[in-house]
Amino acid sequence: MRSSVSRLSLWLLLTPFLLWIVLLVLLPHLQMLRVSFQVRESWDTLTWGLQQYQNFFTESYYWRTFVRTGVMSLFTTFLTLIIAFPIAWYIARLARGRSKGILFMACLIPFWASELVRTYGWMILLRESGLFSSWLQALGWVDGPVEMLYNDVAVIIGLVYNGLLFMVVPLVTTLDGMDENLVEAGYDLGGGHGTVLREIVVPWAMPSIVSGCIVVFMLTLGSYLTPVLMGGKDSAWFTEQIFTQFITRFNWEQGAALGVLLLVLSSVIVWLGLKVSGQSLRKVMG
Amino acid sequence: MDSDLFCEGLVRRFGSNAAVDHISLDVPAGTFFSILGPSGCGKTTLLRLLAGFDKPDEGDIHIRGQRMNDVPPNRRPVNMVFQHLALFPAMSVGDNIGYGLKRRKVPVAERRKRIAGVLEQVGLPGLEYRDPQELSGGQRQRVALARCLVLEPTLLLLDEPLGALDLKLREQMKVELKHLQKQFGTTFVYITHDQSEAMVMSDQVAVMREGRFDQVAPPEELYREPATPFVAGFVGDNNRLAGELVAIRDNLAEIRLDDGSLVQGRVASGDLETGRRAELYIRPESLVLSGDALSTGFSAMQAKVRTTLFDGANSRVEAENGGQPVYARLPQDGSAPKLSAGSAIRLAWDPVLARVFGADNP
Repeated sequence: MRSSVSRLSLWLLLTPFLLWIVLLVLLPHLQMLRVSFQVRESWDTLTWGLQQYQNFFTESYYWRTFVRTGVMSLFTTFLTLIIAFPIAWYIARLARGRSKGILFMACLIPFWASELVRTYGWMILLRESGLFSSWLQALGWVDGPVEMLYNDVAVIIGLVYNGLLFMVVPLVTTLDGMDENLVEAGYDLGGGHGTVLREIVVPWAMPSIVSGCIVVFMLTLGSYLTPVLMGGKDSAWFTEQIFTQFITRFNWEQGAALGVLLLVLSSVIVWLGLKVSGQSLRKVMG
Repeated sequence: MDSDLFCEGLVRRFGSNAAVDHISLDVPAGTFFSILGPSGCGKTTLLRLLAGFDKPDEGDIHIRGQRMNDVPPNRRPVNMVFQHLALFPAMSVGDNIGYGLKRRKVPVAERRKRIAGVLEQVGLPGLEYRDPQELSGGQRQRVALARCLVLEPTLLLLDEPLGALDLKLREQMKVELKHLQKQFGTTFVYITHDQSEAMVMSDQVAVMREGRFDQVAPPEELYREPATPFVAGFVGDNNRLAGELVAIRDNLAEIRLDDGSLVQGRVASGDLETGRRAELYIRPESLVLSGDALSTGFSAMQAKVRTTLFDGANSRVEAENGGQPVYARLPQDGSAPKLSAGSAIRLAWDPVLARVFGADNP
C-alpha cells in the first residue's frame, strides 16, 4: 500500500519532466532524423537516401556557413569568457556587502527583457543614425554618419552580450567559494600574478569555466534573432539556413538534415571541449 | 647572536583601533618563537604583516638585516603554513611541494629529488603522486610544512596549524613540530591561542594582548615569573586572591584577604601601595593541604571544600575562600585526606612562589 502510494507520487512528479523530454525533445528530434534521410522523388513519393547530406557537402554555401557559424561561436564563447572572468572576479572577491548584490543584479536585469528587446537596444546604439554614430560626429572624430550595424563585429557584440550572464553566474559561484588563503599561499610560495591565476585560480574555477562555455556556446550556435537582425548579408548564421529551408523553401527534408548536422556539430565540440579540459560532464553540470 | 627577524614599533590600525600597537620583537636565528594570545589580540594581523599580505602603518620589519616593508610576499624569504593549510586541491602532493621550486626555476630532475627528500624528512616518503584530499589530517599538515620547508625559507610562519586536528593528533604533532624545527634549523614564528602548544614547542613565547606584548620570555620564565596579572592568569592555571595590601617587607608583600587572613607573596609589580587593593597569584601545585603544622614562613588560609576533581596526575580540589574559588593540586601519591564537600581545609604556600600585583593595574 505504502509503496504503491510512493510509486504513484514518484510518477506524478516525473510526469511533467517526461512529457517535456519525450514530446518536445525526443520525438521532434527522432522525426527530424527520419525526415532528413527521406528523398522526395515526386510530389507524393518518398524514398530513403542521403541526398540532403550530399547537398550539404557539394553546395559550398551550406558548409561554409556551417564552418563560419562554428568558428564564430567558438570565438564568441572565448570572448565571453575573457570578459566575464574579471567581472565575476570583481563581484565574487572584491565587492563587499551591498555592492556585491547590486552588481549581480546589474548583470541579471537585462535578462528581464526578451532577446528581441535587447537586440533592438544594440541596434539603437550601433545603427547609422544611432547614439554612437552621433556622438562620434559631435566629438568631431568622424565627418559623416557611421554604420556600425550589419557586420560580424555587431553580431559578436550582440552574442557576447546575450551570453555574458550565463558565464558570469557559474564563475561567481565558484570563485566565491574559493579560500582566500589559496591565493595568498600562491603568492607566499613565490608566484606572481600570472602564475597564481594560471596555476591556482583557473584550475579551481575550471568546472564552472567549462560549464559556462558549454552553455554560452550552445546558446550562440543556436541563436537566431541576433545574427539575423544585426548581421549583414555576408554574415549568415547557420540557423538562418535551417529557417529558410523549413519556412521559406518548404524543403523540410533539407532543413531537417541541416538541423541534424548542427546538433552533431554542437555535440562534437562540447565533447572535444570536455576532453581537452579534462573535465567530465557530470562534474561540470553537478 | 644573529637575528632572523627584527621588528621595531610595528603599528597596524583598522579605523581607530590598533590591531597591532607598537610591537617590537627580535627573533634569533634557528629558534622557535611563539606568539600566544586570546583570539582578537592581533596576532594574526601581526603574522600577516610579517608575511607581507598586509602593510604596517608604522614601524619596520627586518629579515636577516634586510628591510622588508616594501617587499611583496612572493619576494620575501618567508613562507607561511596557513590555519587551514591551503594545499592546492588541483595538484598532487608532489606538485604542491614543487610549486615553489618551479617558481625558482629549479630544473625538473633536481626538483624531483628535493621533493622526495623533503617528503622523507617529514615522514611521508613516496606520497608524491597522491591527492592532498586522500591524506589524513596529520599527513596534510606535514605536506603543508614540506611545501614551505623545501624552499629553505629564513623564516617559517605558522598560523595555528594544529587547530583543526583532534586532541590526540595535536599532542603528537606538537612534539613532532618541535623536532622538525630542530632538524631543519629554520626559524619558526608560531601563533596560537593554546598556551600548552606555545609552552611545549617554543624557545621564546611572546604573550600578546590588545595589540601589545605583555611579556616575552622562555616558557619556564613565563610560567614562574609572569610579568603582568594577564600573563599570570592566561599562562597555565592560577588562583587569584584579592585583598588589601598591608605592608611590604624584604620584597614580600603582605595582604589581608577579604576573609581576614593575613598572607604573603613576592612583589611582582612596582605599583603596589599600602592600603590599596592588590591581587595575589598562586599556582594550584604550589598550594599544600596542611594540618595544623605549618612550615616556617608559610602563608596559610582557610577554605571550604566544594568538590574534588579527579583527573589522574592533574587531580585537584575545588575550594572557596571568601566566595572566590581556589584550586589546589592533590598529591599524586594518593596521600590526600578524604575531602568531603563542605569540610574546612587549610591551604598553605611558600610566599616566594606567590606573586602580588596591584589590583588597579589591569
